[in-house]
Amino acid sequence: MPKKELETANRPDNTAFTQQRLPAWQPMLSAGIVIPGFVLIGLAFIGIGVALFITSRNITVLEMDYTGVETSSDCFKCSAGTIPNCLCNLYFTLNDTFPGQVYFYYGLTNYFQSHRKFGVSVDAYQLSGDTYYFTNPLNVCAPYQFVNGSIPIVPCGLSANSMFNDTFKLYQLVNVSKPVPLDGRGIAWWSDYNVKYRNPTTTPLKNAFNGTIKPPCWPKPAYELDLTDPSNNGLVNQDFLVWMRRAALPNFRKLYRRITGPDYASGLPPGNYTIEIAYNYPTMIFNGRKKVVLSNVSWMGGKNDFLGVAYLVVGSLCVVMSIVMLIVYATFKFPEDG
Amino acid sequence: MEMFRQSPPPEEERRVRANDREYNEKFQYASNCIVTSKYNVITFLPVNLFEQFQEVANTYFLFLLILQLIPQISSLSWFTTIVPLVLVLTITAVKDASDDYFRHKSDNQVNNRQSQVVINGSLQKEKWMNVRVGDVIKLENNQFVAADLLLLSSSEPHSLCYIETAELDGETNMKVRQSLSVTAELGDPNNLASFNGEVVCEPPNNKLDRFCGLLYWKECKHPLNNQNMLLRGCVLRNTEYCYGLVIFAGPDTKLMQNSGRTKFKRTSIDRLMNTLVLWIFCFLVCMGVILAVGNAVWESEVGSLFQSFLDWDLPLDNFLFSAFLSFWSYVIILNTVVPISLYVSVEVIRLGHSYFINWDRKMFCSQCSTAAEARTTTLNEELGQVEYIFSDKTGTLTQNRMSFNKCSISGQAYGDVVHILGEQPKRLDFSSFNPLADPDFCFYDNTLLESVKLGDPHSQEFFRLLSLCHTVMSEEKKEGELVYKAQSPDEGALVTAARNFGFVFRSRTPGTVTVTELGRPVTYTLLAILDFNNIRKRMSVIVRNPEERIRLYCKGADTLLFERLHPSNHHLMNITTDHLNEFAGEGLRTLALAYRDLSEEQWEEWAESYRLADRSTDCRKDRLAATYEHIEQDMMLLGATAIEDKLQEGVPETIAILSLANIKIWVLTGDKQETAVNIGYSCKMLTDDMSEVFIISGYTVQSVREELRRARERMIQFAPTREEGKEGGVEEWGEACSLGNGFGGGGGDAGGAGREWASAGEKQQPPPPGPPSSTTLDSISGEFALVINGHSLAHALEADMEGEFVSTACACRAVICCRVTPLQKALVVEVIKKHKKAVTLAIGDGANDVSMIKTAHIGVGISGQEGIQAVLASDYSFSQFRFLQRLLLVHGRWSYLRMCRFLCYFFYKNFAFTMVHFWFGFFCGFSAQTVYDQYFITLYNIVYTSLPVLAMGIFDQDVPDQRSLENPKLYEPGQLNLLFNKREFFICIAQGIYTSVVLFFVPYAVLSQAHQGTGEPLADYQTFAVTTATALVIVVSVQIALDTGYWTAINHFFVWGSLATFFTIMLAMHSETLFSVFPVQFHFVGSSQCTLVQPLVWLTIALATVICIIPVLAFRFLKLDLKPQLSDTVRHTQLVLQKKRKPAMPGMGGVRGGGVSEGRLGFRGGSRRSGYAFAHQEGFGELITSGKNMRLSSLALANFASRHSSSWIDTLRKKKHSTTHPPQGAFGEGSPAPSYVSATAPPLSNSSSLLGGSQDTPLEEGTRTPPVSLPQTAPALSSGALTPTSVRSPGGDAAGGWTLSLGAVQEALVGWRGVAARIGGTSSPGPSPNLKETNHTVRDGQTDRQT
Repeated sequence: MPKKELETANRPDNTAFTQQRLPAWQPMLSAGIVIPGFVLIGLAFIGIGVALFITSRNITVLEMDYTGVETSSDCFKCSAGTIPNCLCNLYFTLNDTFPGQVYFYYGLTNYFQSHRKFGVSVDAYQLSGDTYYFTNPLNVCAPYQFVNGSIPIVPCGLSANSMFNDTFKLYQLVNVSKPVPLDGRGIAWWSDYNVKYRNPTTTPLKNAFNGTIKPPCWPKPAYELDLTDPSNNGLVNQDFLVWMRRAALPNFRKLYRRITGPDYASGLPPGNYTIEIAYNYPTMIFNGRKKVVLSNVSWMGGKNDFLGVAYLVVGSLCVVMSIVMLIVYATFKFPEDG
Repeated sequence: MEMFRQSPPPEEERRVRANDREYNEKFQYASNCIVTSKYNVITFLPVNLFEQFQEVANTYFLFLLILQLIPQISSLSWFTTIVPLVLVLTITAVKDASDDYFRHKSDNQVNNRQSQVVINGSLQKEKWMNVRVGDVIKLENNQFVAADLLLLSSSEPHSLCYIETAELDGETNMKVRQSLSVTAELGDPNNLASFNGEVVCEPPNNKLDRFCGLLYWKECKHPLNNQNMLLRGCVLRNTEYCYGLVIFAGPDTKLMQNSGRTKFKRTSIDRLMNTLVLWIFCFLVCMGVILAVGNAVWESEVGSLFQSFLDWDLPLDNFLFSAFLSFWSYVIILNTVVPISLYVSVEVIRLGHSYFINWDRKMFCSQCSTAAEARTTTLNEELGQVEYIFSDKTGTLTQNRMSFNKCSISGQAYGDVVHILGEQPKRLDFSSFNPLADPDFCFYDNTLLESVKLGDPHSQEFFRLLSLCHTVMSEEKKEGELVYKAQSPDEGALVTAARNFGFVFRSRTPGTVTVTELGRPVTYTLLAILDFNNIRKRMSVIVRNPEERIRLYCKGADTLLFERLHPSNHHLMNITTDHLNEFAGEGLRTLALAYRDLSEEQWEEWAESYRLADRSTDCRKDRLAATYEHIEQDMMLLGATAIEDKLQEGVPETIAILSLANIKIWVLTGDKQETAVNIGYSCKMLTDDMSEVFIISGYTVQSVREELRRARERMIQFAPTREEGKEGGVEEWGEACSLGNGFGGGGGDAGGAGREWASAGEKQQPPPPGPPSSTTLDSISGEFALVINGHSLAHALEADMEGEFVSTACACRAVICCRVTPLQKALVVEVIKKHKKAVTLAIGDGANDVSMIKTAHIGVGISGQEGIQAVLASDYSFSQFRFLQRLLLVHGRWSYLRMCRFLCYFFYKNFAFTMVHFWFGFFCGFSAQTVYDQYFITLYNIVYTSLPVLAMGIFDQDVPDQRSLENPKLYEPGQLNLLFNKREFFICIAQGIYTSVVLFFVPYAVLSQAHQGTGEPLADYQTFAVTTATALVIVVSVQIALDTGYWTAINHFFVWGSLATFFTIMLAMHSETLFSVFPVQFHFVGSSQCTLVQPLVWLTIALATVICIIPVLAFRFLKLDLKPQLSDTVRHTQLVLQKKRKPAMPGMGGVRGGGVSEGRLGFRGGSRRSGYAFAHQEGFGELITSGKNMRLSSLALANFASRHSSSWIDTLRKKKHSTTHPPQGAFGEGSPAPSYVSATAPPLSNSSSLLGGSQDTPLEEGTRTPPVSLPQTAPALSSGALTPTSVRSPGGDAAGGWTLSLGAVQEALVGWRGVAARIGGTSSPGPSPNLKETNHTVRDGQTDRQT
């Protein structure tokens, strides 16, 4: 009786899916696609490479080491780290105008901010302004969690403690030293400044830090980092944020200031300059170097010859490959294609 | 002897006392409950978890998890490991649970079957599982035997009972068992309850054909043997009921002992994968060590100086400890090279493939309404690598249905129907002509029916012979509803054919056969049955017709029969020989039929010599054979029959295609050699093109070794001609290829393609080395076949010879093992597995195939037939052998391809992903800083990159299914394991490492100096992480896009979806919202938003992508161009054809019409015609003539029947003499099986086939007149069997009698009489020139057998 039913019940569905007949695009690496593709990619890359290369060429970068390794250097006196509040000067001359918006960076070499310890040793709650964590920093901050085992450090952790604390002043030497205005606002990432790092809402800010102590290496507590600008003080101090955005590689530069001012809006004019450095940060002990870098940027960012060259090389290789493939294809093509 | 031996000691002897549970309990025999399940509700979780953690991978991940909980080491959050681990464990547990559930179900079903147990004199229903050793149980007709029983008594006379052992050994013919005569009288439960015999027998073993034991009862010892046993798995047939004593139960039964151990099967890819994972693990440790050393160096050189910034709790200068910690930290972050999701993904893909198998409508059998089923979901890709197929014969290759297909009657062949194009030949309707016809009988040739109807004497005599000369029993429950019980299906087919053509065998008694001839009942006196045996290869009956003419009818192998023909048959014999050749060429099983008229004197004379031979005590068999030989002379040829052992649909085509795919097919069957060889021919495994078919049938080690050695020598002799053979082979291949193309419609281009493939093939097979050595055996294959018998196989499989056997057998294209036991089947598979690193597949349908199915890498069960044992043990099941080609060539091939592509890609993507950490180690002080965000690490394998590769692993196709059936050579890469092996693995790894280098160093070179447009540097860690991660995801997505060959909507969805998901999740993770809730967890806030708007970042990503992909693309293109694989070519052709919009030929496909191949292969020489293939043992002849198996009811002697007598003859005897002869003396030792024939017994048990001649009992001497009036059959019976006078009485005017009795065929008889007269006249049987032809044929046949 239900024989018919049974059969229909057991018979698998006749759908394209179950029968593996789904309509499908079946691409094949045919010569008609691959060879033109290679040519196109090659040409595009060569084009981009040329553009990148030219752009990169037009960017000016001035990089100066001020570690004071050489005795001739003015900063040599400070490099030993024996003189407190040591000041030294770095002189340089511009023969041509340093065009465009000029950025002032400091650079460090052989500095392993990418070490896991740096990444781990941070209390994000604390940095986001949660006052509970001011008094109870996370364990990950150890050994910069407490001083003497009880007084909490704010901001805690290795990363904060090791904050770069050299300061720079740039003077143009026109008869007298004319200070070049440096703007420290907006040098940190927008998201860091507006989201990630927050001061506690307590006013005055200092009260929030009651019962805490500054990181041991810091000369002054966090709430005194920039007394002139409350929006740049405490945990949202831009220099602090810049430092806390740790570098991926051992040689890095970080933005220190933008050069502003009406006289320098279109660049640094030729002439002699001096940078007055408050030399505080010790790098000689681990063979690190400190640098200042002046640079302008283009649409593609800073000077970067590698990218342009790489694009040119890869593009040319693609074109060469396409020719090789064409030859091979012409010699060994499928008989059916004839 | 040893007191401390663990329980239970191996059984040395089994003692069972009937109806005494207490006594039997002492021995703690296994109960009849069968448990195949592994868990129950309580034990599931612990046991399953324990099992799962035995997997190295799972333990490894658990270990990682523990490592991650140590803060000093933890370079990654714990959830990066626990999420995938829990996922994996859950999925596996769910799968195990559902598997076990089904095992529970099937166990329950079997265990809860009802059986009837005799308890305290009454029958009580009891579940199978509650049956105990020593119980007496009752079985009814068509019931499965519940345990191994000693037959005590049955409803049938002489306590016979019939069983079908198909489940056990695959033979479907009925077998007869008989109880001991002492127990035979224990008829009813009351008697049985008081039965307290004790059986002492051998311990449980797996020998199906052997049992030995003793029954102690009433202070007597009675030997027991296999004839007294009913084994579990058998089915009771044609026996109303029987009682048996349980000897072995449950796991001790021979069935279960034969089913072998359940082994968890792993695929070779699994094993390779495990090896590779181990390697990767070593690699991981190496990386860890390198990085740890780096860490030590860094710590001592740089880190120690850096202490003012990186101050930590460690002792100042202990860089070694730091390195130690760093090692473990790196082990954690580099663990993604052995991704846990690998195992889950593999399982998911296999599951998907299994569903595709289940869903395939082309593997659905509409007759039995069964779809194919992948019962194991873990073996799919192995289906694409099969090299050896071991097939059962009965029920697998054949339907086990014999049908009368053709015949040749006195030089006229019938059965060939001329096919009128497009018109199906009409099936003949017999019902109008013959009300007794079997409605299931199929025949198409009307001319034969016409000739019978017109009264052609030859045709009539032909069918008369078929209706008389056999050992079939008939059962007529209702008038006209005949059921034949044939010992072999061949006989049944012949008798059924006769029935349909108007010669209906109705019933038989020991001395008569009643036939309804063209509507008229005729009763013949059965004078003798000259039974079949393997040497004689023929059987004869001698009957006396109602007109008192005596005639001998003989059917048998033509080779033997033709030697014994009367010389006058020369011409007819030639014609018949032609017909036989023709039939045999089509794979039919042929028999020649002949008769001989005997005069009364001849008969008397022979009967006397027969009696002498029969009574002799020594060499009785030989003497009998000589006697038989004597009378089977000077016969007149009637014709020949051709029976089709119906192959399953499409079997030859399937075998042809599978052998084209380089798969070797071995047939392992319990059948006898002739049958097996016959089937080998009809399914085209054996062909006449073969150089030689070796038959190994030695009984001793030496002879088998000698035969194998000779076979090898012969092969090597053929070696010089191999060059030609090879060329031929290549040509053939090209032809096959172009055929395939031709079907595709690309006729013009096909030749070129074919040529190219052919040359590719030549490249693949390097020319074999010159001198023939044992290694050359491997390359010879293709022209030889090997047939080996079970007893020879037993020697061949011995440890010291198996190597020889394997090397010989594997050099043959086809191997047939006949008469093998279930365990031998498994052994053969085992030997191949051991000696050849090849994937084996076993296919079968019966319980006798179970061990083989379990042993082979892949077991396939044929479902839809009666038994389900094979299916239950199998990994795949479907209902038709021909589905095997689709399973292997389509599903298997695809599975293998997909799995390989999946694995390649999977290892690639994880190396590309993980090795970036290694490079980064050099720039982060070897501090185990990860390059990526921890969420990215968690999600990379399970979200971002899993679905596209899964979609590819499940849906990818390189060529459509039709193409892979058309080009079986496409299967070869799987067998050679070309798509994923260690080499491929290293290529993937290299590619992955290359990618990781690019992915790290391109961003490194670009970003270290880069700034945003607003001046902020881009060299910070988070930007670097986002850039690298994005580049990585894009590169691996492009790579999967390249690897995907079959872009369904799902692939599109997954590939694009994964990219979209990546960006969505990344942006979400870096969003303010999440950060405001979990500032610590989501400290990447704003990174991607800022980074991904930088053109420089995108330029970097584009550069990295192109550098990663371009070489791959170029390499693939060049490979496609310079060294195209067959699949590439097929795919290309397919695509070109699609473009040209050539309509595909309808109904194209690999299954070419049988007609084509048959046409080519037909008309082989007459080498194997002697297919007298019925009767696995000597027939029922003796049972019939002794009357042992006659039911009283069927004999119209019902009125004599008395409840307590077991034989109608006894009854008669009682009537005559009023004295009772207790039958036990007769049956004590003797058993109905011919091998137990004893010469000591009185007529009843006497195996004498000569009824009329038994004069040595008082019965005959005392009887002069027929007994009381009997119904119609009785006079013949009594006169034939009981009154010697009537035997002696026939007069010389018998011929007239014939004429009278067969009035309808009067004219014919004129001729007949003439012939008879001539026979009478020609008494010299000397060889005449006419016989030359015959001798020649015979010699052919003999040479063939010898080789």
